[in-house]
Amino acid sequence: MASEAGTYLYAVATDLDKPAPTDLTGVSGGAVRVISHSGLVAYVSTVSLDEFGEEPLRTSMEDLDWLSRTARTHHQVVETVAVSAPTAPVRLITVYSGDEQVEDLLRRRREDFSEVLARIAGRWEWGVKVYAEAVGPPSSPETAPGGGEETNPGTAYLKRRQASLRDREKDRRHAVAAADEIHETLSAYAVAARRHRTQDPQLSGRQEWMVLNGAYLIDGDNGEEFTRILDGLRKPGIQAELTGPWVPYSFTVTADAAGGPDGSG
Amino acid sequence: MIESKRSTPGTGRGGSASLSGGGASNLGDILERVLDRGVVIAGDIRVNLLDIELLTIKLRLVIASVDTAKEMGIDWWEHDPWLNGGGRHLAEENKRLRERLAVLEEDRPTLEARDAESGRESQAEVTEHGE
Repeated sequence: MASEAGTYLYAVATDLDKPAPTDLTGVSGGAVRVISHSGLVAYVSTVSLDEFGEEPLRTSMEDLDWLSRTARTHHQVVETVAVSAPTAPVRLITVYSGDEQVEDLLRRRREDFSEVLARIAGRWEWGVKVYAEAVGPPSSPETAPGGGEETNPGTAYLKRRQASLRDREKDRRHAVAAADEIHETLSAYAVAARRHRTQDPQLSGRQEWMVLNGAYLIDGDNGEEFTRILDGLRKPGIQAELTGPWVPYSFTVTADAAGGPDGSG
Repeated sequence: MIESKRSTPGTGRGGSASLSGGGASNLGDILERVLDRGVVIAGDIRVNLLDIELLTIKLRLVIASVDTAKEMGIDWWEHDPWLNGGGRHLAEENKRLRERLAVLEEDRPTLEARDAESGRESQAEVTEHGE
């Protein structure tokens, strides 16, 4: 069948009447262009539904290389656009039938977008991940007593494993308490805050237990102060990792899209 | 050696190394943001992720729930350097036990295969539990 085209939407930004970036390449190589309407500007590119249709996506979403490439490109467009104007990133793979639909979206949702953009203008998102660390060397494992062969090595092993799990549980509780405190303090400083699901070790790339995955909306000038506050909260037994500044991905929930209970501040 | 194999059970697909790869923003953080945050637009739309069931294993990793993580915590000991440090002991014990077992169960060779199978199953449970 003939290959149909769609309009892939990356982000919606405040229209500051500046020339659009011309050298941006979108997903699957298409040039990024703009659709302006109602004081808003949408960043889009044309994609083939052979690649971005539901059926092909079922397969390609499982292809980590494809997904990485697409995610990075999407993110790069968002970041580039956000340098020059307040920008609301749109969820990965949002594809319209054509430009008219995007224009229509800007018209219909002008107020929602304006509200979001006003909230994030001049602000950036900082991410704080806190990991639990094993504190100190655990008590030395009881070695199997002298009987050697005759003692049950399986039982000894299970005992050691149990003791180890108990230590872990204690460490974890300690770390969770520390994470709560960090989140509270940082939230008090931030314009808005979100506590996201903790990342799986495969995603974080770390073996340590993640106990906080927070996002904080911070005024543009306050990044350093925020970093200092976090540094003051570091303590033994936990590792806090700061990322950012990010385009405020976590603070773009519009009124009717808020699926979750976490209404914005 | 058993431990060196088992210390990376969850990373089998080889993808995780790149997930946490260096650079200004690591891919894991980017994926989390572009897939799980940002403006969701329902309604007049041709294709979006809401239409696609996000139930592949990789995406479940991306949007892992706390429950999954908790379960994964249960096998922390597998990654514990302290226990791994003592791993030689365990490996030896293990080997001895296996040898004994082999002798005892010589006429029932399926048993070990079943053991291995159930080990794999519990691993799978860990990765597949979340929503």
